Amino acid sequence: MSAQSAWTIPEVRTALEARKISARELVMDFYARIAERNSELNIFLALSPERAYAQADKIDAAIAAGDALPVMAGVPVAVKDVISTRGIPTTCGSRILEGYRPAYDATAVTLMERAGAIVLGKTNCDEFAMGSSNENSAYGPVRNPVAPDHVPGGSSGGSAAAVAANLAVASLGTDTGGSIRQPGSFCGVPALNPSYGRVSRYGLIAYASSLDRIGPFAHTVRDAATVMSVIAGRDARDATSASVPVPDYVAGLKRPLHGLRIGIPEDYFGEGIDPEVRKKIEAGIAVLERLGCRRVSIRMPNTNYAIATYYIVATAEASSNLARYDGVRYGPRVPGSTLIEMYQKTRGHGFGAEVKRRIVLGTYVLSAGYYDAYYIKGQKVRALIARDFQEAFEKVDAIVTPTSPVPAFRLGERTANPLQMYLADIYTVTGSLAGVPGISVPCGKSSSGLPIGLQIYGPAFGEDRVLQMAHAFEQAGGPEL
Amino acid sequence: MKISREDVLKVAALANLELSDSEVDTYRGHLDDILTYIDKLNELDTSGVEPLTQVVAASTDDSTLRDDVIVRADIITEVLQGAPDPEAPYFRVPKVIEK
Repeated sequence: MSAQSAWTIPEVRTALEARKISARELVMDFYARIAERNSELNIFLALSPERAYAQADKIDAAIAAGDALPVMAGVPVAVKDVISTRGIPTTCGSRILEGYRPAYDATAVTLMERAGAIVLGKTNCDEFAMGSSNENSAYGPVRNPVAPDHVPGGSSGGSAAAVAANLAVASLGTDTGGSIRQPGSFCGVPALNPSYGRVSRYGLIAYASSLDRIGPFAHTVRDAATVMSVIAGRDARDATSASVPVPDYVAGLKRPLHGLRIGIPEDYFGEGIDPEVRKKIEAGIAVLERLGCRRVSIRMPNTNYAIATYYIVATAEASSNLARYDGVRYGPRVPGSTLIEMYQKTRGHGFGAEVKRRIVLGTYVLSAGYYDAYYIKGQKVRALIARDFQEAFEKVDAIVTPTSPVPAFRLGERTANPLQMYLADIYTVTGSLAGVPGISVPCGKSSSGLPIGLQIYGPAFGEDRVLQMAHAFEQAGGPEL
Repeated sequence: MKISREDVLKVAALANLELSDSEVDTYRGHLDDILTYIDKLNELDTSGVEPLTQVVAASTDDSTLRDDVIVRADIITEVLQGAPDPEAPYFRVPKVIEK
């Protein structure tokens, strides 16, 4: 196999069934490429060869026995380091979880392995998934495989880069305010943030519980649909997972787009959008129109308030969720003369700058005297933003926007000003607050060769529709615009 | 100025977070910017709007709670292995009760 070949899920299956390669050889091939690229790109924080080869041998035995193969048989995958994997280091990109090995697997990981997938290892990310550039990892930033002096996006930068660099066929990321879609856009791969409640979060280490979701990166929209068919559904271990039936996402891809109404929110194309991004997105919308979609101009009047709302809600929840890192049950401890002093020193030493900033902000907005002015106000505006989406979906079948107002930026270029970094999340946080699914699909490149992503939002539990549209867009040459 | 050094120190104490002097200064500046930005929410009249705490689909209202049954996990050894100061089957912490 050539070192550069990008495997898709059907290609893996065909090669395994034709005995052109064994699952074990395929895993060796991926580990060889990881060994070659990882020191430069810093994508993987931990590898799990024992577990990967054991799974590969099981697949090879099934092939030898002529057994029917499950849908992800032999597919090498990568998992973001905020998702628990039994016995494999899971750090959340934080020093405070250095050396932590979970005692159980996340449901999404269990389901993928049950479907035959092979977990190669854990991918780098912004610490506790807080960031838009991967520069907040305690283990150093990931580099964008398309342009290594640029960021891969964040927080799931490692999972996006793993697929983009052909170091995994598919990967799992998590999205709280754009952390799947934006790195998908920056690295030029399809990336789906499913509806809130669509994928079990059992074993996902929490950042902001009312927003966190797990979703896939893949080389093709079809592969993302395949992963979704495996990980979606109700899980008794996650009370927030929905009992909504899971449609056949792959079969649904073939449906024509003719007659679908796509909403273009005027409010998303104002100031702050890079002219090159605007141009490509306009060209992308034209592709969808050629496929039979009808363009409808819509208003989402509360868009301008989404970032402020997000940084209240997310940081408040984070300050509560991250209280558990206290040097008692996992991770390193910094000694103190009293219990409180031990907590303070352990947390002061173990958390990085962005996490501390968000804990302080979140604690502040929840504290006595500010709770109503900030936290309750934020939740009320969140209701208005969700209403914007509900009203839009009465008029249109999907909403099309840029994924990010800018393509990938250079490492270090934006770290000095946290607020500026937050503001670039505008097109993704809206959907996060509303709970709706959104996919980022490659939509051409900037003049300097940086990928641009087109985002398609669907109504809650409308993954089948956004996948269908993104697939048709991809087949019609959207990525080459 | 929305937030003072003292506010940052007070909040850090609530969060059990030790901050260096330079961290306090840096975060005070950042938080001031962010809180000033957040003030734009006051442009919106939200009287009569119910706070949205969680997006739950209408179709998920059936029994989301499972029965409360004890299931043995048998992972005490694995869990304690990751602890900074274990003494099976306990986690040990600095002394909290003075005699």
